[in-house]
Amino acid sequence: MSFEPATIDAILAKYGSQKSALIQVLQDVQAEYRYLPQDALTYLSDALKVPLSTVYHVATFYKAFSLKPKGKHVISVCMGTACHVRGAPRILDAISREIDVEPNTTADDLSYTLETVNCLGSCALGPLVVIDDEYLGKATSAKMKKALAKIAKDEG
Amino acid sequence: MEKLSDFQALEQYRQKLIAARDPEKPTITVCAGTGCKGCGADGVVAAFKEELAKRDLEGKVDLLATGCHGFCERGTLVVIRPQEYFYQLVMPKDVPEIIETTMINGEVVERLLYEDPQSGEKVLHEKDVPFYKYQQRQIFAYNGHLDPTDVGNYIALGGYAGLAKALSEMKPEQIVQDVKDAGLRGRGGGGFPAGRKWETVRNAEGDPKYVLCNADEGDPGAYMDRSLLEGNPHLVIEGMIIGAYAIGSNHGYIYVRNEYPLAVQNTYIALDQARELGLLGENILGSGFSFDIQVSRGGGAFVCGESTALMASLEGQPGEPRAKYVHTAERGLYEKPTNLNNVETWANVPFIVREGVKKYRAVGTEGSPGTKIFSLVGKINNTGLVEVPMGITLREIVEDIGGGIPNGKKFKAVQTGGPSGGCIPAEHLDLPVDFDKLYEVGSMMGSGGMIVMDENTCMVDIARYFTEFLSEESCGKCAPCREGVAQMRDLLTDICDGKGQEGDLELIEDLAETIAATSLCALGQTAPNPVLTTIKYFRDEYEAHIKEQRCPAGVCPALITYRIVEDKCTACGVCKRVCPSDAIEGAKKEIHKIIVDKCIKCGACIEACKFDAIVKE
Repeated sequence: MSFEPATIDAILAKYGSQKSALIQVLQDVQAEYRYLPQDALTYLSDALKVPLSTVYHVATFYKAFSLKPKGKHVISVCMGTACHVRGAPRILDAISREIDVEPNTTADDLSYTLETVNCLGSCALGPLVVIDDEYLGKATSAKMKKALAKIAKDEG
Repeated sequence: MEKLSDFQALEQYRQKLIAARDPEKPTITVCAGTGCKGCGADGVVAAFKEELAKRDLEGKVDLLATGCHGFCERGTLVVIRPQEYFYQLVMPKDVPEIIETTMINGEVVERLLYEDPQSGEKVLHEKDVPFYKYQQRQIFAYNGHLDPTDVGNYIALGGYAGLAKALSEMKPEQIVQDVKDAGLRGRGGGGFPAGRKWETVRNAEGDPKYVLCNADEGDPGAYMDRSLLEGNPHLVIEGMIIGAYAIGSNHGYIYVRNEYPLAVQNTYIALDQARELGLLGENILGSGFSFDIQVSRGGGAFVCGESTALMASLEGQPGEPRAKYVHTAERGLYEKPTNLNNVETWANVPFIVREGVKKYRAVGTEGSPGTKIFSLVGKINNTGLVEVPMGITLREIVEDIGGGIPNGKKFKAVQTGGPSGGCIPAEHLDLPVDFDKLYEVGSMMGSGGMIVMDENTCMVDIARYFTEFLSEESCGKCAPCREGVAQMRDLLTDICDGKGQEGDLELIEDLAETIAATSLCALGQTAPNPVLTTIKYFRDEYEAHIKEQRCPAGVCPALITYRIVEDKCTACGVCKRVCPSDAIEGAKKEIHKIIVDKCIKCGACIEACKFDAIVKE
């Protein structure tokens, strides 16, 4: 998706163009484009009168932001303590093997992003995997294989 | 909705809401917290709607999608009132039967009741389920009774009565004194007396003053704040308004994790509704006091739970803590006096004001009055959120409420306090839980995560896990935390990989001491806790890794091998099919064998084998 000043202006208008709103604005830009386009950051730096270096400092500091486009399907594996003791690392490995994407990276063809998250607060469902906003609780490698096969099939 | 012009108007509105509601009217409450949503609660709600329409019961039966009930293990939870029938593990396909059997014929759907694993008896009511029976729900009291997106529900249950009392009958100084006398301690980590903090901010010079709510619940394994904010947001908002009045602040912020979308959404809705009713904004309830709250969504950084980092983040900066020569109570957000408490602390405030100090202190211990909500998770039968009086023993929580360890495994430790806390072994199970006692055994309360571990949990791996977590989350500003924690992680990773050396433990202990003494903020200062407590209580496990290259719990991949037990193998071929690395050989009707060199120890075969024929050793 290409960057459009009008989209950013609409987001800025929500927050009254205050410097302190930088993180909130970035959240919305990230939600809109699924990453932070470089042009948008430059534009924001001018609009909010925040040095570009600070914009980048913030954009790279917080885990919610990504400077690279995310994949069409986003798979988040919860690595919270409760999920960890119930075997989350093995689930992560299994998914990574299945889609051939390293954890916390995106496939070159932008098909998948595999990311780890620090606790989604649904510990009773652990190990928990979220595929495209759908919560898959009590994950097993077999369950993951099935869910991923379904996505692959839908993609044709 | 018209604004409530004064205290009488609020009371009249409450009476109107109560009068409009027939307590005998059949009501179906469905838990629609994040946990139950993960189990399909949205589908259950939709199925109820459809079925009620089909049966022409709309209007005759109320359907209420509530916040979290706490017993997440058994979602989706459904309670039928007024009978108080408690159904668990409800799926959309069960809905027609519930409508037919319970709502129309007035009978119980036996198969959806909770079965007490000890007695084997079916339990009819929520309050008699062991998970709930031993709890004391004071803060969570209304979570399962109200629709968090409807302020009327909260008001009908007595909501905002504490605020009305505070504004109409109490002087700000008296509220501060009451909170001090109540002994309310911060539920977010350190347990600092809230009243003392309020007093400092109140007396500090500077204008404006800020009141903040920390809802950046970053502690992995703790989710009570999420549950409160998404299930009963007005309780937290009411607490904040009372606090702001006591402190003398007109500006508030809720800093909430963006990873909690439902909590964010419900908070926005609740704030809008409170504003519409005149409970927030200018001249609240005609008292002359004005206060409003803004929401700020966090960017996903654990360190932002630290007060100065949180404030930097609110200002739109990277969340890097600063040294606290000057406390945030005097110079915090935008260099102004700032009071920060977490969600659960704020949620305690309306109770103290409404019910009084004496009643509040009637629960809990001398040094830690009141209740505490814990998230009981990990290797435990009854996973969920539990609210218990301070001073209850770990054993009562783990065994009576939690129902013990699944699959007959042995209890090994409980981890409290998140990455800043420690692991408490079985020998301390009779420890009464409060702020001070946990500290005495090397751990801490933290925000209330309680992760239960069994014999199959490797304590070295746990220490490595937390250290890795912290090294990733360290903001990098100060060297002891940035470099020290990373070194500690590398040493622990080596031990887990079987590359540990004699002297490593002493080196880690030495490193830990330096990190704790010299780090800038609490993230670094407490980072060694998970490592030090595991070394203290489970040194033999470390030594097995280092000296014998053995992981007694069978977790660390480099130190275990998989083997097929010949007597148990039925040569069914399932393991062979699931093995991603073709490491299992054996033809049909021929006992299978694992080729150790090819095995990547992913565990897929163990998961798939129905005969327990594969072991790790």
